Amino acid sequence: LPEHVKAGDLIEVKTLVTHVMETGNRRDAQGRLVPRKIIHTFTAKFSGQEIFSAKLGSGIAANPYIAFFMRVPGPGEFELTWIDDTGETAVERVPLVLG
Amino acid sequence: LIARLHYAAAAAYFRQKHYDTGRMLKNAGLIKEFPPLMPLSVSLRVIHRRDVLAGAGAAAALALLTGGAKRAAAEDVAPRTQAFKDAYAALVRDATPTRELISLDLPEYAENGNGVSFMLAVESPMTESDHVKALHLLSTANPQPVVATYRFTPACGRAQVTGRMRLASTQDVIAVAELSDGRFVIGERTVSVSIGGCDT
Repeated sequence: LPEHVKAGDLIEVKTLVTHVMETGNRRDAQGRLVPRKIIHTFTAKFSGQEIFSAKLGSGIAANPYIAFFMRVPGPGEFELTWIDDTGETAVERVPLVLG
Repeated sequence: LIARLHYAAAAAYFRQKHYDTGRMLKNAGLIKEFPPLMPLSVSLRVIHRRDVLAGAGAAAALALLTGGAKRAAAEDVAPRTQAFKDAYAALVRDATPTRELISLDLPEYAENGNGVSFMLAVESPMTESDHVKALHLLSTANPQPVVATYRFTPACGRAQVTGRMRLASTQDVIAVAELSDGRFVIGERTVSVSIGGCDT
């Protein structure tokens, strides 16, 4: 998040998560298919309101980087959620401090 | 300082030329390996204007000699898969997307298809009555054509997203946006891939 944010500013929110993003097309040394494990959903809420979301496929590179924009309505808290094929969910809450 | 700037500009120019030339030679079937060894640094003690001009002249002459390179490059582009055509048809249904408003910022050449940075943007006021609802990123030659679907709201203020994608081979990358009035717009960009993203 950028620093020195005022209400009404257009800010870029940059997110990065560590994840293998296994495509399900790859074979291991024994020739067996490596099962798909992809973060299929990313959701960004701000003060409870959904701002932006993404459905990701196997064509997204490992350790997905997602950057999006938001017009700052005022102070609040981001709730960022990543969900993968195994159901593993990561939730990150980040306050946006104005001034 | 000016001399240094000239030096940096000339070095960058020659490096890029070397790269383009290598690609042309490969496309023309004159060399097998691409990329060829690329000089990581160009050491020139003094750069005279005439040298730079001569270099540019030589590069231009070579470009003329391998005039078919542009066409050859087009032939490198992988054909669009049936999976892509099906996914595209399912997406736009009976709409006819127009080529406007979308910009795709992707490299012309990607050394490694495992991680190709992209920035997609759609020109839009992002108001309640006029905004971008969704932006779909499609690959025309990966095993799975739908790379990502991004959903925006007016609260975004700007319909722009950045990420990194896999590209299995040299191909066209397509972005399709759904606008709040039900219209679809489309943009595309060809990316040459040196090393394909393995089994993307």
